[in-house]
Amino acid sequence: MDRRDDAEAPVNEAAAHAQDGGASQPPARNRSPKTPALLVALSPLAAIVVALAIGGVFIAAIGQNPLEIYAVMLHESLATGYGLGQTLFRATPLMFTGLAVALGFRAGMFNIGTEGQLYLGGFAAAMVGATLAGWPSWLLLPLAMLAAAAAGTAWGAIPGVLKARFGSHEVINTIMLNFISFALVAWFGRSVYQTATVRTAEIGAGAVIPRLGELIPAFKGTPANLSIVVALAMAAATGVLLFRTRRGYELRAVGLNAPAAEYGGISVGGAQIVAMALSGALAGLGGINFVLGYKHFFEQGFSAGAGFLGIAVALIGRNHPAGVIIAALFFGALSYAGLVINERVPRELVDILQGLVILSAIATQQVLERAARRMR
Amino acid sequence: MELVLFLAATLRISVPYALAALGAAFSERGGVINIALEGIMLVGALAYVLGAHATGSPWIGAGCAVIAGVATAALHALVTVTFRADQITSGLGINLLAAGLTRFVLKQVFHSSSNSSRVVGFEGFSVPGILGVPGLGPVFASPLVLLTLALIGAGHWLLFRSVFGLRLRAAGERPESLTTLGLSVAAQRTQGVLISGALAGLAGAWLASEQHSFTDGMTSGRGYIALAAMIVGKWSPIGGAAACLLFGAAEALQITLQGSAFPSELLQMLPYLVTMLALAGFIGRAIPPRSVGVPYDPEQPS
Repeated sequence: MDRRDDAEAPVNEAAAHAQDGGASQPPARNRSPKTPALLVALSPLAAIVVALAIGGVFIAAIGQNPLEIYAVMLHESLATGYGLGQTLFRATPLMFTGLAVALGFRAGMFNIGTEGQLYLGGFAAAMVGATLAGWPSWLLLPLAMLAAAAAGTAWGAIPGVLKARFGSHEVINTIMLNFISFALVAWFGRSVYQTATVRTAEIGAGAVIPRLGELIPAFKGTPANLSIVVALAMAAATGVLLFRTRRGYELRAVGLNAPAAEYGGISVGGAQIVAMALSGALAGLGGINFVLGYKHFFEQGFSAGAGFLGIAVALIGRNHPAGVIIAALFFGALSYAGLVINERVPRELVDILQGLVILSAIATQQVLERAARRMR
Repeated sequence: MELVLFLAATLRISVPYALAALGAAFSERGGVINIALEGIMLVGALAYVLGAHATGSPWIGAGCAVIAGVATAALHALVTVTFRADQITSGLGINLLAAGLTRFVLKQVFHSSSNSSRVVGFEGFSVPGILGVPGLGPVFASPLVLLTLALIGAGHWLLFRSVFGLRLRAAGERPESLTTLGLSVAAQRTQGVLISGALAGLAGAWLASEQHSFTDGMTSGRGYIALAAMIVGKWSPIGGAAACLLFGAAEALQITLQGSAFPSELLQMLPYLVTMLALAGFIGRAIPPRSVGVPYDPEQPS
């Protein structure tokens, strides 16, 4: 039967790669042949259209014209310099968390813990930036960024080790670690927060990441900052790691078919730990956008959903670094557009749209892939 | 007296956890991970307030909460069972949707982005005979507390002693065995998810009735704690309820210690740490149903 062959195709493919000596020649594409390239591009778009259509019902329900509202959202978030700056600022942490989730997914690990990793990353960056406030920029800025990444790495590696060593599910563990990180920071905060506030002291001038508005006049007055350049560099690095290195090949092999990868001599547990540690590092680094680039201090609750939204970003970006960047821009624009229309439509519309995009993305993906399988 | 107050607080705090954890057991035993509990509880809480606000009856409020919970769970079932999409992602999507939707409705109905107006609770319906019992009497006299205890017992029986439970657990352990019997895995799984929706909706009703209002994001992670309690309780209703009591006690202790020098944040971490230890096998072995989280395609049994 045709269908059985389809089901086994990816297994054979991965096994064949694993057998030809491990990673001498990493394949350029890891998509199984059963998924036509067109569908890869189509299903996220279809999901967004479906979500916007359902969202339109909500807009119409409160007596507004959906098309008009969507047009305003599009224009205000992308077509003005100020709006674009706001969009870029909101997209930046989503790029980090989206990359983090995508990297984990590629190795078969579902990192729901980016929320906590980002939170701890921001806290670590603020602590280093404030404690060593007098240090020169060339030393302090890299140190503060390193601290953010290191905090995320540690927090991401824990569920990786627990999975590799005890087989306990990383999803539950990362959810638990999210809540633990909030409590942990609140506990530390008792001794480091400024009196009668829930924020740390200001970081030193050397740790500040410059605003985009200082370089490009159109972005003046927006919180967008050069963290986005770091995000883009990380996207490139993630792409190279995943698709051009031996380690990346191993991660993807484990994600596609762990038993076959193990048969090919890859340490599955090792790959899982590395994937989670790197994923945590990316998410932790995301904390710099707010702390080093915008407020210049850590404030309790600053991450507010950027971690969970990273999952949506990875989903719409189909776990590819380039896709993640585009998807992060989309969700960043959506998030700012919500504020713009708040006078006419409650900005909660955006939260509803985000949820709808996630649900329709996973549903349409299944529907389209099944349809494609049937056509063959 | 101090101890009685503490136990009373523990019980009250544990009720919504126990209801949602019971729901989680039904969903997961049937093979569907239900992270959407958090969102379902939130929707249930709002539905209770809307129902009680419109009619003045807490019973109608609770009924609305159950219906809204089932409706939200139906969305989870549609995405995960009918479309066979990823269960964790669907749950997260529903949680985001629920957070936005409840705030959206709150603004439309109560013209506030933070809280609803005050609604009636269950105080007027305390069971008189039990109410007079000194100590914990007032807590056990609450109809929802009694209902919760009954539901835990009934749920345990249903899951482990009835034909329905056997089939439901088969859908979570070896779905292909149901297919060979000519039974629908999708139907079993959907029922498990819908039951979890009804129970989580009721958990939301308890929260809102205790607080006499809906506030934005009022479940604040309780759905996740319930899920954790169910794991620590090894996917069993009674075990889950016991874990809920433990978590409830930790929370009650936290409230008692508020303002003292003892860092309450450490107690706050306790449920999460216990869950991680249980998952790693340090507190007995917590083994999930074999096929939980795996979409079942009858045309391609794994």
